[in-house]
Amino acid sequence: MDERTKMLEKYSSRVYRNRKEHVIQIEEEGANPGIMANTRSVPGIMTNRGCCYAGCKGVVLGPLKDVAVITHGPIGCGFYSWGTRRHKGKCEDGRNFLEYCFSTDMQEPDIVFGGEKKLKQAIAETVEIFNPKCIMICSTCPVGLIGDDIHAVASWAEKEYGIKCIAFSCEGYKGVSQSGGHHIANNGLMRHVIGTGDAPPAKRYSVNILGEYNIGGDGWETSRILKRIGYDVISVFTGDGSYEDIKNAHTANLNLVQCHRSINYIAEMMKTKYGIDWIKVNFIGLTATCESLRNMAKYFGDKELIDRTEEVIADELAAIHDEVEYYKGKLKGKTAGIFVGGSRSHHYQNLLADFGVETVVAGYEFAHRDDYEGREVIPDIKEDADSKNIEQITVEPDPSKYREMLSPDEYEEKAKEIPLEQYKGMIREMKKGAMVVDDFNHFETEELLKYYKPDLFFSGIKDKYVIQKSGVVSRQMHSYDYKGPYAGFKGAVNFARDVAMSLYTPAWGFVTPPWKTKPMLQGKLAGGDK
Amino acid sequence: MRQVAIYGKGGIGKSTTTQNLNAGLGEMGKNIMIVGCDPKADSTRLILGGLAQQTVLDTLREEGDDIDLDFVMKRGFKGIRCVESGGPEPGVGCAGRGIITSIGLLERLGAYTEDLDYVFYDVLGDVVCGGFAMPIREGKAQEIYIVASGEMMALYAANNISKGIQKYANTGGVRLGGIICNSRKVDGEAELVEAFAKELGSQMIHFVPRDNMVQRAEINKKTVIDYDPTCNQADEYRKLAKKIDENDMFVIPKPLKQERLEELLMEHGILD
Repeated sequence: MDERTKMLEKYSSRVYRNRKEHVIQIEEEGANPGIMANTRSVPGIMTNRGCCYAGCKGVVLGPLKDVAVITHGPIGCGFYSWGTRRHKGKCEDGRNFLEYCFSTDMQEPDIVFGGEKKLKQAIAETVEIFNPKCIMICSTCPVGLIGDDIHAVASWAEKEYGIKCIAFSCEGYKGVSQSGGHHIANNGLMRHVIGTGDAPPAKRYSVNILGEYNIGGDGWETSRILKRIGYDVISVFTGDGSYEDIKNAHTANLNLVQCHRSINYIAEMMKTKYGIDWIKVNFIGLTATCESLRNMAKYFGDKELIDRTEEVIADELAAIHDEVEYYKGKLKGKTAGIFVGGSRSHHYQNLLADFGVETVVAGYEFAHRDDYEGREVIPDIKEDADSKNIEQITVEPDPSKYREMLSPDEYEEKAKEIPLEQYKGMIREMKKGAMVVDDFNHFETEELLKYYKPDLFFSGIKDKYVIQKSGVVSRQMHSYDYKGPYAGFKGAVNFARDVAMSLYTPAWGFVTPPWKTKPMLQGKLAGGDK
Repeated sequence: MRQVAIYGKGGIGKSTTTQNLNAGLGEMGKNIMIVGCDPKADSTRLILGGLAQQTVLDTLREEGDDIDLDFVMKRGFKGIRCVESGGPEPGVGCAGRGIITSIGLLERLGAYTEDLDYVFYDVLGDVVCGGFAMPIREGKAQEIYIVASGEMMALYAANNISKGIQKYANTGGVRLGGIICNSRKVDGEAELVEAFAKELGSQMIHFVPRDNMVQRAEINKKTVIDYDPTCNQADEYRKLAKKIDENDMFVIPKPLKQERLEELLMEHGILD
């Protein structure tokens, strides 16, 4: 019996019918067997998913360092989405709002009488104390239930204070996971921020990095490499990003999409509205970073840029060569499981492969089918009521700002070589026998640890200790266990070092818990001792 | 202590009926508290002779949690204790949550004293959300009276409210005590309401005729019994009070299907 059958057969028939669509085991490498994704979790299953608010405020808007993002709701939502994800940001002028947690701290009377007054008060105080150029309001569940008109409050604030104020109706209960929140955030940024700046057209090699949240400083390492080659990074969505930069995102000549799941909406809309092409990149992993850099150079097609790219790649690789070899020796032949995000499980497989680690189990929390199977399945994805519930906006070309870098013929030509508006998804790169699990849960995690016995398991805080206490090395891919950066060349070495340290300090594996050696439960037979 | 909740379609006369009936019970020497569960806070106006006291929720908002029962409870005609839960202005906030909060607060403030014979909850309109079902949940009100008339929409609302009662009857032990017919002088009214009540498994506890005296008393901010104790309508409310005091028919209602409700109207509502 294969691992998939073994794991699924423990479910009741109702749960089985649901989960079997979300779990596949690779039979033929490079093929696409199809998977179900972005649907409701089974009630009662211990899913690792987050909510719509988490996706909007926590993921996409939270990292904007010059924006005061006010959480309109009771204090918990704001507090627990503050700082834990480690999206770092540095401000030249020292006015960094990431250090603050803004919340309206709604109390019972605010629920009963409506919270708009308190929200206005919060905005007034924010303006008075911090004087930000932009305020964003993120809605939590109760705000949606009592119907506070946060959009009207936002327009009021714009008139009253002459600042930008944008409201996001990202109530936690919307959609099936945090993915809906990403979409809502994308819509808001597209509608109200991108293209509102008046910076002159940027120089030729100018890019935006989309879907890079600068966790542990990843974005800084990526930007360092790009700048070394000669690229101008106009804006980053949104790690270490700023409202001021994003306003002028339309002046860049190419969009780089790192996290496809959370930001592909903006990439597509900017293509339609401003004519900016986008390519899928991955700066996690050495091979992947090199390939991404080469694809970028190919897009611009200038010999000088291509040569400079090769020069930088060679130099960067040479600088880390000895360390890479050392850690390869430590990590080669190990196996890993990885369950995170909507793009990371794919990205980190590349990095692990660089050090000879094979990924045997992988899955996403909130990805859609295109993240698993590639964008060509998008036309086949059936819209259900949950996805229709998330607003979809359409944009028109902006005549004054629309410009195309490539002629249609050039585009055709380049698309053959580089991933122009393409993403092939994770499944095709996985090895035979490996398991792909969508919206994984704690039960499945524990089962898979038993069957595959991976040396390493990459996940988040929700299941880290379950994994660790079962004696398997567990590392968090949301916060990087307070380390990083892991992106680019230097980041790859950081990653290998941290992983090797965990692997060779298998403290939890040495502990024998009492229930392994003696019975912990005592009971009596029904009916007494007779 | 009998805890009674009055429901019914908006505008049907719940507050007027409740207060007039309570005036009757008051005359009988009963100790009563009326809890108005309507954001408009007009459920105790006739007993108090005007909108007098601050609402529970306003007090909570302004004073914080440190409030005294005297702030929110006033005594009116025949010593009837009056409380208004209050709530948000139209279109904002959550009135349902307000009712839950306010009843919880009243309990903590010790409003429910041993000497009370009756607590009446006058709840606005239909049972639109969990908040408005609060008085019939968690064993608060044990009896419900629905105010209705022979009008289609009033009966439709009454039927819907019965669904709410049925839902909580099994868990909270709440029962329907009867339908109070507040006449609108429509065709075959008494028969129709009586037949409807019977189908529910309940009774029409009293038919309150339409009388301009009610309007006159209201303009003077008084109940009918207070305004003109000798008039016919005062006696009608006394009868209603007596019937409720002596009522022993408490049932789990069996709500009608929409088709059956329409059939009933056809049978009784059209005079040939």
